[in-house]
Amino acid sequence: MIKLIPLVPLFPLLGFLVNGFFGKKLSKSLSGSIASIAVLASFIISVLAFIELNGSTNKSNVIDVFSWINAGDLKIPFQFLYDNLSSLFLLIITGIGFLIHVYSTGYMHDDEGFSRFFTYLNLFVFFMLLLVLGNNYLITFVGWEGVGLCSYLLIGFWFKNTAYNNAAKKAFIMNRIGDLGFLLGIFLIYITFGSITYTDIFDKAGSVPTSTITAIALLLFVGAMGKSAQLPLYTWLPDAMAGPTPVSALIHAATMVTAGIFMVVRSNIFYSISDVASETVAIVGGITALFAACIGLLQNDIKKILAYSTVSQLGLMFLGLGVGAYSSAVFHVTTHAFFKALLFLGAGSVIHAMGGEQDIRKMGGLKGKIKITFLTMFIATIAISGLPPFSGFFSKDELLAHVYEHSKALWLVGMLTSILTAFYMFRMLYLTFYGKFRGTHEQEHHLHESPPSMTFPLIILAILSALGGLLGLPEFLHLPNWMHHQIGEVIIMKGKSLITLSHEVELILMCLAVAAAAASIFFAYNLYLKNKVLPVANESELKSWQRLIYNKFYVDEIYEALIRKPIDAVSDVLYKYVDVAIIDGVVNGVGSAVKGVGSVVRLAQNGNIGFYIISMIMGIVFIVLFTLLYR
Amino acid sequence: MINGISINYYLLLSTVLFIIGAVGVMARRNSIIIFMCVELMLNAVNLLLVSFSTLHNDATGQVFVFFIMAVAAAEVAVGLAILSMIYRNLKTIDTDILSNLKH
Repeated sequence: MIKLIPLVPLFPLLGFLVNGFFGKKLSKSLSGSIASIAVLASFIISVLAFIELNGSTNKSNVIDVFSWINAGDLKIPFQFLYDNLSSLFLLIITGIGFLIHVYSTGYMHDDEGFSRFFTYLNLFVFFMLLLVLGNNYLITFVGWEGVGLCSYLLIGFWFKNTAYNNAAKKAFIMNRIGDLGFLLGIFLIYITFGSITYTDIFDKAGSVPTSTITAIALLLFVGAMGKSAQLPLYTWLPDAMAGPTPVSALIHAATMVTAGIFMVVRSNIFYSISDVASETVAIVGGITALFAACIGLLQNDIKKILAYSTVSQLGLMFLGLGVGAYSSAVFHVTTHAFFKALLFLGAGSVIHAMGGEQDIRKMGGLKGKIKITFLTMFIATIAISGLPPFSGFFSKDELLAHVYEHSKALWLVGMLTSILTAFYMFRMLYLTFYGKFRGTHEQEHHLHESPPSMTFPLIILAILSALGGLLGLPEFLHLPNWMHHQIGEVIIMKGKSLITLSHEVELILMCLAVAAAAASIFFAYNLYLKNKVLPVANESELKSWQRLIYNKFYVDEIYEALIRKPIDAVSDVLYKYVDVAIIDGVVNGVGSAVKGVGSVVRLAQNGNIGFYIISMIMGIVFIVLFTLLYR
Repeated sequence: MINGISINYYLLLSTVLFIIGAVGVMARRNSIIIFMCVELMLNAVNLLLVSFSTLHNDATGQVFVFFIMAVAAAEVAVGLAILSMIYRNLKTIDTDILSNLKH
């Protein structure tokens, strides 16, 4: 089955081609089925290959597909690397991808761009699979750019809305900034190692000066910052919520945004060698986590809350990566993929029921009306808040234990983040599902549970969110931590990734985290359920610190003033003095010079045959004399 | 020496004929006269070819002249036909008036 791995990305590609070329002629159910079945087929192969991989002793399979680039010394084969890391990501991408495809057949049912949607979605899955399967940085980069493109297409899916288009452009441009760093990193790797193939370079990394490794690691991390929405390049992700909700679930929560984490784990040797780089990763991750969690506190758009929560959780994962807890970070990626996809799909179901309303201030009391959605979202909310025994508890706790060992200050940041997370998630839950309905009478009448195609993925994801913790049970209780063993295989320098804390300390940390989350939930309960506090509609009623958070710390405005305005001013000067004066002047000058010469020379063509003949003869005489004299 | 006459005289005659032809082409306005002057230039060259052919006892030049005369006859037929058509349409063959090529 491992030999069949190239088929995994091939199926979504075929689905993309069929839907792309013939989508408009196919019926909606056929178009949706083709796309879903393509991803399902990939999922089945991934599962079978995964079973085979776990049964065999060879944990790192390189599969040659074809010879790709052969130019002089530069040889880049098109190879796939199928090991423990990529196998896990394949399962996440195709598994959750399939569920979201099924969900989309229900969610997008009345959209006129139905087949276009599935075309993009299949293309996205193809590129994402390429990204995680590639055995060199170039294939990963192709996938990296491809998912960026699909993200752009899907954010601007409803392209008639200018704001959505702007959000799409913003996502694309922000990602390009990161991609530049990634690309420079790849160049530096090629210069240093003479190869960009994973299986070639990682063994040699120890013999290269640490400063070079640091530069490579930092450049790659710039790429990860863009793709995984870390400070200072995170601003595109909240705006990316302009896309249809399944897109937010698949691309902007479960898969694409974790590409940065995948890449750092893949390149773990660089970060293990360079303390400066790993320190940077940890600090950026920690600050992002706390920063985004703060913004999440006062958002009123259900999808924006989840978006900031995603940024914050991604920050936590980078915090883990920075302290060398690679397996914990991947574990958190996995559980986060479950519960965050579920939260987004649940939010989509709520929006569907509310007829397009996304403001939680206008919801409330939906608990009884849409029971399945409520129950599944309830599970996801508990999971993300870190209450046992749901999945988020295990992954976040393992991660924070690593952080505690490395640095107490960063642990505090992580702890604070999870407290805030528990608060804003329950705030969202209470405002959406409890209390009295606050929408219009029409909306109340319209309320209904989503069709089975939408609730089925919710239920599956709810089960996964509840039980996902089993993948990485805490080792100190002498339980098998499957995830740790699995990812441990791809970690080259294992020293940092082991916890040496005493079991008591770990247990205390665990209890502390649960107690803090519970307190935070109780606080939210008191505020929003007991005292029925509603977020105010009018910004001017907020206190000044609240207004700061409500306006997302004015980051967009700061970027506008610091980057866009100066660039605009420079372009204005360049336009006025360089473009108009110099470039246009030269071009127009050449034109008018030709015109002037022409108006003089034109007089020679007067139609007089005698004149023509005289000129001809004079010309001949001149040529003859010239050749005779200057031969 | 050809028949006791120096080659220089042949050269002189043919140069004079050629210049008369060229000046005629340049100076005259009547198309038929221009046409005849062109023929004169052509035949000046023919004379030159024949002279040297005889001087060097090589028949190639004379064969060449026959070809030129044959082609010139055909060219005259076409040229005169064009002229007669111009005359029919415009009632003149004065080259100064025939300046429509300008546009």
